Amino acid sequence: MSRADGGGLLVSELVTMFRRRRTIALLSVLAAVPVLIAVAVKLSTSDVQPGDGPAFLDRVSQNGLFVAVTALVVSIPLFLPLAIGVVAGDTIAGEAGLGTLRYLLIAPVGRVRLLLVKFASSIAFCLAATVVVAVSGAIIGAILFPVGRVTLLSGSTVSPGNALGRAALIAGYVTLSLLGMTAIGLFVSTLTEVPVGAMAAVVVLAIASQILDSIPQVSWIHPWLFSHEWLGFADFMRDPISWTSTQRDALLQLGYVAVFGALAYSRFTTKDVLS
Amino acid sequence: MSTELAIETTGLVKRFGHHAAVDGIDLVVPRGSVYGFLGPNGSGKTTTIRVILGLASASAGSVRLLGTAMPHDARNVLWRVGALVEGPAFYPYLSGAANLRRYDTANRQAPKDTRIARVDFALERVGLSHAAGKRVRAYSLGMKQRLGIAAALLAPRDLLVLDEPTNGLDPQGTREVRALVRSLAADGTTVFVSSHLLAEVEQICTHVGVMSNGRLVSQGTLDTLRGQTRPRLRIETLDPAKAMKVLDGLGLPDTRLESADGRPDTADSHLVSADLNGVAPEDACVALVAAGVRVRGLYTDHGSLEDSFVALTGEGFDVAG
Repeated sequence: MSRADGGGLLVSELVTMFRRRRTIALLSVLAAVPVLIAVAVKLSTSDVQPGDGPAFLDRVSQNGLFVAVTALVVSIPLFLPLAIGVVAGDTIAGEAGLGTLRYLLIAPVGRVRLLLVKFASSIAFCLAATVVVAVSGAIIGAILFPVGRVTLLSGSTVSPGNALGRAALIAGYVTLSLLGMTAIGLFVSTLTEVPVGAMAAVVVLAIASQILDSIPQVSWIHPWLFSHEWLGFADFMRDPISWTSTQRDALLQLGYVAVFGALAYSRFTTKDVLS
Repeated sequence: MSTELAIETTGLVKRFGHHAAVDGIDLVVPRGSVYGFLGPNGSGKTTTIRVILGLASASAGSVRLLGTAMPHDARNVLWRVGALVEGPAFYPYLSGAANLRRYDTANRQAPKDTRIARVDFALERVGLSHAAGKRVRAYSLGMKQRLGIAAALLAPRDLLVLDEPTNGLDPQGTREVRALVRSLAADGTTVFVSSHLLAEVEQICTHVGVMSNGRLVSQGTLDTLRGQTRPRLRIETLDPAKAMKVLDGLGLPDTRLESADGRPDTADSHLVSADLNGVAPEDACVALVAAGVRVRGLYTDHGSLEDSFVALTGEGFDVAG
């Protein structure tokens, strides 16, 4: 028993997760979102007017790269939270439900180590989900529409390469925005042995947060909602790039990760595993 | 010396709300023993095992596993313990071999370079090599049970904790598990095996602990437990009433006319039994014959482990309420 095996568990977790049919199905649905948008715009006879439909939809027919951005805008309120709710809500509750949690613990995996690995793999899924939407959008956009210099919100134009770099930054921003929700999902997952319950709770929280964010009477709470900066990535469409949203968002998400990470830790390290 | 013990609990209590599922037990499992942990369903065996392995915390009392304090030093000792707790559990969408690899990866002390070989060997030991690549979803109950035992055998262990290991196995599988436990014990591994089926462990155990309603009502070597039942005199006779009178006269307590179920019996032959209470059976025989009792058969019965078990747990094999 000489050579300890450090990162093996994370690799095992990632392989298990990404090979799982459910994960592949979730990512396929996300990949279909931009395809749906692009095909709809392509098939419509009339031009989309600015202000119609989701943000950036009017630019899709002029530049295919905007399919990626529009798809992210469309996916953020529901599709991405749904997918991440499923994965984050399943982390501990799914293992408990299968009964595999007790065998991991007596292996012994170490409760803190398992929690960290589960959080890391959930973040990896967030990144994968966002990248899938963006890449699928860029590909279908390039197939169906012209790709050229991109006109930014600030009016200046940049090369397609520069635009792709910005798209990558946007994907990073969206992943960052979802960290708080992932931490909430991890915590909720330590509360139950029923993964579906944890998944539903996370999705409900994501929707509730967005509803609260749209009610002006509770504007005092808005800056504290984990979904508040979700659509703040328009900053990457300006020249020069403004980082104010990113900074606010990073602070907010780290706050959620700290609080719910601590809750998940205190709950999971003292929990009786009876499943 | 506590290091001589594989498992040692002191005043172990586990409460759920007001109900004490485990109510102050002092387990003593010597190293190298095959310890049968017996008790009816619901008597607290699995809860005890969960607390011993650190899955649940104790409400009171302490646990030492292989001389190490639990759950404090779990990471230093659990890798030397293989366990099957409340049935096997696997990822149904992974193959049998992939499941074992995942559990082995979770064990930080298990060397990566020998993983594939150890998984293959464990599968071979439980006779599952042919199904290694099959998804566990497609496994039968008995195959899952075997895979669970394979998971416990992934690494060399000092202690095996097997909770109801033959659940779901056919008679052939049960015999194989018994043979496996024997061979592991012969290699020096301590085996702690729980069961509600006495016959299953009677043949392989050196030590026995009996649980009833959360309490450890008896513990010791197999012979100690057997010795707790008193030898009975049993006679087959054509004159049961007269025989009972004679036995009463000899001062044998608990004289009974037994029901004759399962015996090749004729209408005129009856079975009478009594506690020998130190009287030599040959003396009883002489007395019976002298009194004109027609005796067809006479023998003594030292009591099976099952008798002790039922006597200790009271409710026999019924589920504790």
